[in-house]
Amino acid sequence: MGTYLRGRLLRAIPVVLGVSTLVFFMIHLLPGDPAEEIASRSPGMTQETVQKIRVQLGLDKPLSTQYLQFLSRELHGNLGRSIFTNQPVTKMIRDQVGSTLQLTFAGIFIAILIGVTLGIVAAVRHNTWLDTASMSVALLGVSMPSFWLGLLLILLFAVKLHWVPVIGGEGIRGLILPAFTLGFGASAIIARLVRSSMLDVLRQEYIMSAKAKGLATSTVILRHGLKNALIPVVTIIGLQFGTLLGGAVVIETVFARQGIGRMAIDAVLAKDFPVIQGTVLFAALVYVTVNLAVDLLYSVLDPRIRYN
Amino acid sequence: MSATEMPITTEATTILTSRVRASSLWRDAVRRLVRNRGALGGLAILAILALMAIAAPLIAPYDPNAIAPVSNLKGPSAAHLFGTDQFGRDILSRIIFGARLSFEVGFIAVGLAMVCGIVLGLVAGYFGHTVDAVITIVIDIMLAFPGILLALAIIAILGPSLYNLMIAVGISGIPAYTRLVRGTTLAAKQQAYVEAARVSGARDAAIMFRHILPNVLSPVIVLATLGIGSAILVGASLSFLGLGAKPPTPEWGAMLSAGRNYLSIAWWITLFPGLAIMVTVLSINMVGDGLRDALDPRLKR
Repeated sequence: MGTYLRGRLLRAIPVVLGVSTLVFFMIHLLPGDPAEEIASRSPGMTQETVQKIRVQLGLDKPLSTQYLQFLSRELHGNLGRSIFTNQPVTKMIRDQVGSTLQLTFAGIFIAILIGVTLGIVAAVRHNTWLDTASMSVALLGVSMPSFWLGLLLILLFAVKLHWVPVIGGEGIRGLILPAFTLGFGASAIIARLVRSSMLDVLRQEYIMSAKAKGLATSTVILRHGLKNALIPVVTIIGLQFGTLLGGAVVIETVFARQGIGRMAIDAVLAKDFPVIQGTVLFAALVYVTVNLAVDLLYSVLDPRIRYN
Repeated sequence: MSATEMPITTEATTILTSRVRASSLWRDAVRRLVRNRGALGGLAILAILALMAIAAPLIAPYDPNAIAPVSNLKGPSAAHLFGTDQFGRDILSRIIFGARLSFEVGFIAVGLAMVCGIVLGLVAGYFGHTVDAVITIVIDIMLAFPGILLALAIIAILGPSLYNLMIAVGISGIPAYTRLVRGTTLAAKQQAYVEAARVSGARDAAIMFRHILPNVLSPVIVLATLGIGSAILVGASLSFLGLGAKPPTPEWGAMLSAGRNYLSIAWWITLFPGLAIMVTVLSINMVGDGLRDALDPRLKR
């Protein structure tokens, strides 16, 4: 497994470098002069403001110097300062990221809980109404916009029923609606995948031999079938983490939650590039790390790929 | 006469043989598709939506941008089937016109992603080695951006607008097609007809586009169909966040953004545009699922 780990890490490094480079170039891909573009966002732009921004962002230095400075700062955890609030971006992220990660993990938890259960039920009760019903719900789940679901849930549970507060709310009460909204789409994808994966596995001969040995059906399903069926699901969960991280951006806006998602959107609208760059870079790094972890987990679960 | 017994004479024979094999596959696929009721239902709904979009000026009861403050925030009624929004605009009319924008976003974004993805995938799979490695790393970098963050970053550079949204969503879609086409190209490269074409002196570009491409096309079509639905969802999300269509454009996602502000007093502003999005994407997904089952029945459950 050491070689596999080393191989994956080695592949991750140029990706991280590439992401950093791309993020760095974001400012320079702006049509027109970057400093002017950014300054144009605030009223009363003068040549002075433009020059101030230019110096502040280091745009007056040659490109290679800027790039190396960007990389070295990044390695030291310095992501620059917001143009508008002058706060260090790293601090901004640190303040907001907890809320976003909380939401993302709660969403993943719900997605796995609902998705795996639904998928197993549908596979085991293959071709019954239970199968059709759960797959129909799953189809609806991947077809509806998450923010619409969120708004409808707010309408029902907060406005009409008053079970949860509309905005804010501590702990579970404040988290459950956004987490469910976020996780629902992913749970639909997971459900469909678990179902087809389980159906694949249940067809295998070793399942028949386990049943022939006289093992209880539940043992057969859970111990022999599920473990193997879950292998591709693990990869999908890793990918879904990315979708959920991106989806958290939208959900935070819907539920007016704090988080780096809202931070990023406000920054895009205000053209606050250090914040945009810092947030995107951070999110990408988290995602790459999670996928690396998922790949390692995958190699542990499925010994076949370790030796490829 | 099987492929291995085929006399390797001219390029024409190679083309003929690979094409004939492909077209009977298509006929079988169409037959399977027609038998899938879900796919047919989806197709019917899509046809209705498409007609609605095309005939929008003719069938919309009101001008989608006509402001009438005296009748704002009115619920569904005989005069306004879906109610009115905060400016008194008829929501049904706005939804009908919004269909045009959604289809535009879907087709343009997927078109962009598909064309770029196919070219990159063919080149990477066919030439292999360094070219493949470079393209793969670029794709991995693009895939390192979670969810809609890549589209977000592109819009940050280009500026928020519906047009830039289409480009952003399109670019975010490229990795999926590249990976798919690269994989199928790598497999197709081993086939006899490719060797035959190369031996008979066909140029690389000809081999890629005229021989390999038709045979990797079917999963691409499935991906593209499902991709249109996905592009519509992502586009609506970005517009909802204010990064896409600017007011007063009747884009469905942007309409939902307004719905959020009036949620407790005017639920219809939220319900109907979202329903429109869901019905559209649902029917696209049903057709896409049907296509996938039709083109590769081994996968059917």
